[in-house]
Order: sequence, then C-alpha cells, then structure tokens
Amino acid sequence: MGMVRVFERLGHQVEYPPAQTCCGQPPFNAGYWDEARAVARRQMEVFGDAEVVVSASGSCGAMIKIFNAMLFQGRPEEARAKTLAARTFEFSEFLVNRLGLSDVGARFEGRATFHDGCHGLRELGLKKPPRQLLQHVRGLQLVEMNDRETCCGFGGTFAVKFPMISTAMGEAKCAAIAETGADFVISNDSSCLMQLQGILDKQGSRVQTLHLAQVLASA
Amino acid sequence: MSAAAAQFRAQARLCAADLRHRHFIQTALAGYYAKRDECQNRFRSWARACQAAAAVKQDAVNHLDSCLEEFASKIEARGAKVFWAPAAAEARAYILQLARDRQARLIIKSKSMTTEEIHLNAALEKEGFQVVESDLGEYIVQLRHEAPYHLVFPAMHLTRHEISDLFHEKLGSPPTDDPEELTMTARRVLRLKYCQADIGISGANFAIAQTGMISITENEGNARLTASLPKVHVAVVGIERILPKLSDLALFLPLLATAGTGQPLTCYNSLFGGPRQPGEPDGPAEFHVVLLDNRRSELLADAEQRDALRCIRCGACLNVCPIFKSIGGHSYGTVYQGPIGAVITPHLLGLQQWKHLSQASSLCGACAEACPVGIHLHHHLLQNRRNAMRAAPLWREKLLFAAYAFVMRRPAWYRISARLARLIQPLHRWIGGSAVDPARAWTKTRALPRLAPKSFGRLWRERPRP
Repeated sequence: MGMVRVFERLGHQVEYPPAQTCCGQPPFNAGYWDEARAVARRQMEVFGDAEVVVSASGSCGAMIKIFNAMLFQGRPEEARAKTLAARTFEFSEFLVNRLGLSDVGARFEGRATFHDGCHGLRELGLKKPPRQLLQHVRGLQLVEMNDRETCCGFGGTFAVKFPMISTAMGEAKCAAIAETGADFVISNDSSCLMQLQGILDKQGSRVQTLHLAQVLASA
Repeated sequence: MSAAAAQFRAQARLCAADLRHRHFIQTALAGYYAKRDECQNRFRSWARACQAAAAVKQDAVNHLDSCLEEFASKIEARGAKVFWAPAAAEARAYILQLARDRQARLIIKSKSMTTEEIHLNAALEKEGFQVVESDLGEYIVQLRHEAPYHLVFPAMHLTRHEISDLFHEKLGSPPTDDPEELTMTARRVLRLKYCQADIGISGANFAIAQTGMISITENEGNARLTASLPKVHVAVVGIERILPKLSDLALFLPLLATAGTGQPLTCYNSLFGGPRQPGEPDGPAEFHVVLLDNRRSELLADAEQRDALRCIRCGACLNVCPIFKSIGGHSYGTVYQGPIGAVITPHLLGLQQWKHLSQASSLCGACAEACPVGIHLHHHLLQNRRNAMRAAPLWREKLLFAAYAFVMRRPAWYRISARLARLIQPLHRWIGGSAVDPARAWTKTRALPRLAPKSFGRLWRERPRP
C-alpha cells in the first residue's frame, strides 16, 4: 500500500485491476516459455488500457519492459508487448524519470543502506533514481555498502535449484550490509528483500528489510 | 542429471562453503577492479570503445569465411602451413603427426586456452612427448596436475606459500614468500627448456586477416621465446580469433589489457607472420597454424547467440561474476569458466550435459555489463535454458509450471490459492527447515517470509475511498 499512499499524496489517481496475478517470470526464467507466454499474455489483457503501469518491483518491471520482447519476438503479440513495455515503469523510475520528482515529502528516522536489485539496476538502468528519492527523505541517514552492485543471490528459480550458491552470495551481501552498521536495508525489488530477510532472520540479525515505497510513504 | 552436473553440484557446494577460499578470491580480485577502473578512465569513453570493438568483432564474425581465407592465404604466402581442423580430434592428430615426423622429444607451450579445449597436453604426453608450459601460472598448475582455474589467471587460487611449497617439492628450491624469487626459480628451469625444445606451441589472441599475422599478448615474454626459439612453431587458433585489419589492434590491445588484467597494455605484444624469412636472424624454420572450428560454426549458425563468437577471452565476465566468486574456477569442470563458459560450453560440448551451467546463475547481468565486446551473456543463459527445456523438459517442473500457468490465468483461483497459503503457513512452522519440508531448498539456510495477514487485493477493497 506504500506505493498507493505516495501516489495519492502526490495527487494521482491509482487503479488496481483485481484480475492481475503474476508477470510470468518464474517459468520464463526456468526455460518454460510457453507457460510464461500464457501468463504474460493474460497480464497484457489486464493492463491493456492503462495510461501508465507502475511496478513496485524492478524484476517484474524488467519482465514487462525487457523480457516480454524476447518472449514474444516474431509473434503476433510482439507489438502489443512493446506498447505495454513503453507504458510500464518501475516505481522509482516513474517518480524520478517520468514525473521529475526527487522529494516526495517523506520522513523516516534511521540509518539505512540501499540494495540495488540487479534487474532494476542493469536491465532498466536505474542506478540513480532510488538514491535520489532516498536522499530527500527527512531523518534518513543513507550509507552505501561495499560492492553495492553485487547480486544478493536470489535469481528466481536459481535460489532453490542451487541453494548453496545462492546462500553463499546472500551471506556475502549480508556481511556487506552489516559492515555499514545500518538498521535497515532498503530495496526496490521485493524478491531481493525476501532473500536478504531470509538470511538476516536465520543469522538472528536485527537489520530489517524495507521496500522503497514503505520508506517513501512514511511521513 | 548428467555426470558433469552432479560433479558441478558437489564441487560448487564444497567451494561455496569454503569461506577462506571465497575471501581469498575476493581479495585477489579487489586489486584487479582498482586497476581496471583506472585503465578504463584512460579511454576518452570506455563505453564507446566497447561499442566500437563489438562492431568490429561482429563484422569479423559476419564475414568469418572471407576473413579466414584472407588470413590463410596471406600467411601461407610467407611459407606457413595452415591446417583447417573441423574438430578437436583432427587438430590433435595433426599436431601429434607433426611431433612424430619431426622426432620431437620436448615441446614447449605458451598460454593457450584453445589447446586446453582440445586437451592437447594429455594427447601429447600419452604418446611420450614431454610438454612444458612456459606461462608462470600455467607452469604452476601443470606441476600440480590441475586444470587452469581461470582463463586468464590460471593459478589465482594459490597463495605464494602454496607455490613456494610446490616449487620446493617439485624443483627442490628453498622455501620463500618472495614472488620475485619464485619467478626466478621458474625462469631458471624454463629458460633451458626453450633452447632444448623441438617444437613450440602457442595460441593466438588475434589473427589479423589483412596481413596474415598472429597477435599474442603477454606479460612474461615466454610466448615470444616459445614462438621464436624452437625450430618448429604451431599456433592453435580458434576460428573466431579473427580481426579484419592490422589497425584494429590499436583498439583491441588496450581493450584486452584493460578488461583482462587492468593494464593499459600488457608488457609484450608480438605479431608473428610465419616462419623465418630469408635474411632474418631468428624465428622458426617451420610455422604451422591450426585453425580450429570445433563446433564454432554451429554457434555461428545460431542467430540469437552468434555474438558469443566476439569473445576475446579477457576473463572480465569471470572477474565480476558473483557465482564464479562463490564457487571458484575448478567447480565448472570446463576449460572456459564463468559466464562465457556457461554460454558457450553447451554449444561446444552438448546442451543437455552442460545446461546446468546456464541454470546456475542469478542472471544478475554483471557479466554483460563488464564484457568489452558487448556479448549479451546473461540473456544467452536464458536462451540456453529455454532450448534445453524445449528439447527435454523436466516433467516435475513442466507440471509445476503448467499448474502455475493455470492458476495465474484465473484470478479467482489465484485468490483462493493465496488464502490457502495463509491458512497453511502456521503449520509449516513445525516442519520448516527439516528433512520433510517441501520448501527445504529455501528453508535450510533461509527463513521463509511470513505472508501478510491481508492480501494487497483485500486491503485495496477495504480501504476508505476518498
């Protein structure tokens, strides 16, 4: 709901099509593109008329903006997939690049570090927007971690197909987070947050994961 | 699961749990990052240099047939022999026959991943020829009877101390922690070998079509000696090493050095254009070029992944890969490790046996970002996964995703499933992480997130409307 609160505070009208489900990334990622297409096609129908689609997760955003083009390449739905891709934005991308905002009037007390989700960072090229937004949050002390652009190790089906590698990567990431002395780790990708919180909890760490929208929504 | 996949899993599990090893590799690479960044900043625009290099290499790949013919005719005109090897077996057979014909005993080699690819050393040794690697890192792993750990830094997994112990044991040198002294020990052994060797074997970093020359880039000078002292020289060259023009080196030599080792240029850059010409004081009497296809043509025919043939084997993708840094080079069980290895090994050795390498990736894209010739590495991993599953789906997964697709296309089913999950979750606490937990792959090392008491859809319906 954080994203909704931010948009409404800014005076935008938010719609939530209740028929939406998943973007289709899990089977796409695992190599089952027929199943992925069936689901992605359905979302294209659901979001067909929207002026702008905003995703709270860089990874789902990348699926719609980048991977759907691979999925539907040379197929009748290709043009439609591209139209939807052009109208879809990741949350921070929409606020900063489309609306030209960096201060959304948020206040959040605490010391935090930001984790870049790889899809948001590399597929969508969003290195600056989330940081720009966080820098304008009153009360927030933002500290960068070492190797900040290194993956947390989630990677969709990879996390359960190769848990030993995925966990090793996550542990390295959590060590970098711990080094900063931050109380919170913020990201614009829910799947990274799930991986990080999963490891932090297992370690008994007190560091808490937060979605960017949760921070921006607090006032 | 293929034997290669089983071995990969076992090795990766061991290495990922080895904190000392992980830390060691991380530290070794930290120095590389700093030097690489410094060198990239010497370019007016590193990004544009990479784009230009990608375009040149893609052009060479698109015209591979004519480029190779030009290269071969030019170098043959100066007296070199060119052998077109369709596969590894033919390449090995040619070199073995040559060694027999010249009654060779000792063969010296400079660093070449292509000779690793065709398992040349093993074939030569099996027939009784003595083979000595002259690159320091390669020499070290050869003494250890190990495969190179990294395609540019073959011995990066070893500490000075381990190398000192190795030299002490194998060469009888006094133990030392001084890298210079260790290098001198190897040098004393190797200098003699260059003079004694009957054949020198090298790879090639680039093959220049325009002039029919081979470009070798190195830091130790061992490739120059390997290619000039023995009477017979053999260069084993993958057909994708081609560059159209000599002037392309002006871009590619600094590009390779920057991406590969974080140097503005490597210490030695040599061009070899065939055997000793009349009036020249040195150089081999015979010069052979083995042009190796070994299923590269099949990759060329793959319109989606043809760009992988642009690869200049700089190793930049390995150096930034969090998987490589977690599991190390030996876990892959391949000649080409890391992201580029995961992309091309299925093409070179068979998709079904090697698909696990494409699956063992979080698809973070650090590799593609680091690649100086813009290969879409992580997208190719996705395509390899698709190709593998299309040809031979895993029925458990296929069923799971069919069920997933069924539910995700029916919002009512989706809502019911989410509600069910909320009901079941409290029960999961009793088995979480245990041997009977179906989610054990996740829960063994990670806590499962608690589902929110109310779904977003419900909160949305219940919220007060303005």
